[in-house]
Amino acid sequence: MAKDKTFTKIQELTYELKVRDAMIASAITVEPKQSVSELREVMRVNRISGAPVVDQGRVVGLISIEDFIKCQAQGELDARVEQKMTTNVDTLYADEPLVHAVRKFDQHGYGRFPVIEREDKHLVGILTKGNIIKCLLKKLEIDYHEEEIHRYRASHIFEDIIADRTRLLLEYDIAAKDFDRAGQSASELKKTLYRLGISPEVVRRVAIAAFEAEVNIIVFSDGGKLTVSVCSDRITLAASDRGPGIPDTELAMQPSYSTAPDWIREMGFGAGMGLSNIKNCADEMSLVSQVGKGTDLEVIIHLNGTKRSQSTETTESEGHATPEPRTREQP
Amino acid sequence: MTLAEISKIIEAEVITGKERLDTEVKIGCASDLMSDVLAFAKPDAILITGLATQQVIYTADVADINAICFIRGKQPDPQTVKLAAKKDMTLMATHLPMFVSCGRLFAGGLRGLGYLDINLKDGQR
Repeated sequence: MAKDKTFTKIQELTYELKVRDAMIASAITVEPKQSVSELREVMRVNRISGAPVVDQGRVVGLISIEDFIKCQAQGELDARVEQKMTTNVDTLYADEPLVHAVRKFDQHGYGRFPVIEREDKHLVGILTKGNIIKCLLKKLEIDYHEEEIHRYRASHIFEDIIADRTRLLLEYDIAAKDFDRAGQSASELKKTLYRLGISPEVVRRVAIAAFEAEVNIIVFSDGGKLTVSVCSDRITLAASDRGPGIPDTELAMQPSYSTAPDWIREMGFGAGMGLSNIKNCADEMSLVSQVGKGTDLEVIIHLNGTKRSQSTETTESEGHATPEPRTREQP
Repeated sequence: MTLAEISKIIEAEVITGKERLDTEVKIGCASDLMSDVLAFAKPDAILITGLATQQVIYTADVADINAICFIRGKQPDPQTVKLAAKKDMTLMATHLPMFVSCGRLFAGGLRGLGYLDINLKDGQR
């Protein structure tokens, strides 16, 4: 069966949103000692069909229009709310994901749940199915709108701008040794390239090369940046750093050659595959380094497709062959 | 094989992305080396790994992988889970070790890259 995209999006939102986001914060409540006829006035004036019963901030029960109708039928309008209310009330915590609330509504068939704070158990609001729907619709509208604007703006850049040549330049600063953020720039770059309407296969190759280059800058250099230039026919990824430089670029290009310290290896990198991964993603690649000054890596990927998929297939003759660190022409 | 079936076979607890458990996974990719994941992984794969850092999420994201299973009882920290949720990924964790996890999944019918269109050359790894 084809998957309904909106449905999954809504499901996702119910995980992301909290009960607090959807609830009505100013819950109308009644007290246990109030009479049922007073309850009627509260429901009538506020146009509600039930209310939590609260004693000193805590929820002690729930009373609804059904309870009221029963009392009326039996002529018990003078009875106190605490005698007629449902005790043992199911509540929701304000910080729970909305999906828990959805499940509770499904399981119990109640019309509403009081919402309490996890710490002090005090009532902070009330949640009905209607509140959930309203909250989801609002969130969907905002998200949809934002993504539409992004897509529109991005994909029209090349059409809207009049010039002999147009080049979009994206820069990402990479701090040295900031391993916690390693991969973030590549991830952001990937999202951006998608928005520009570039084909997934090309985006993937650029993103993988960028990821490895980013890790290299973080691990080995004193900091640098990724510069990505998008033209109508190619994407150029330049990774440059401020040193210390690579003494032997030919050696560095060899698969499995690594100078990475142990802590990097423990993080799943540093096995000496970075540069050869980059090479496999590139249509053209150059690596120039000067000890004491820094390293410049340039990767060109053509948009009109020369290289097949991710090029694990290109290694037949290259695997152990001497890699070419300078510009390389693809057949 | 769906993610739900996978979590059952390797007794994995789903950490985030429960709503996507009916997603079909074509291949399994088991590695603790993120560069290998970047080099070999294909879309629609599940990544089985003993690393539980944010870089695993970023790696998976860049490699178009939407499901990750942590083995040997490794648990990602909240920040990592949050990042995965933001990227619409499913995360699960099993107490089983790597070899047993992969063995069970293979026996259950899940295949790896070697069974698809790629034959890894000796020189590559």
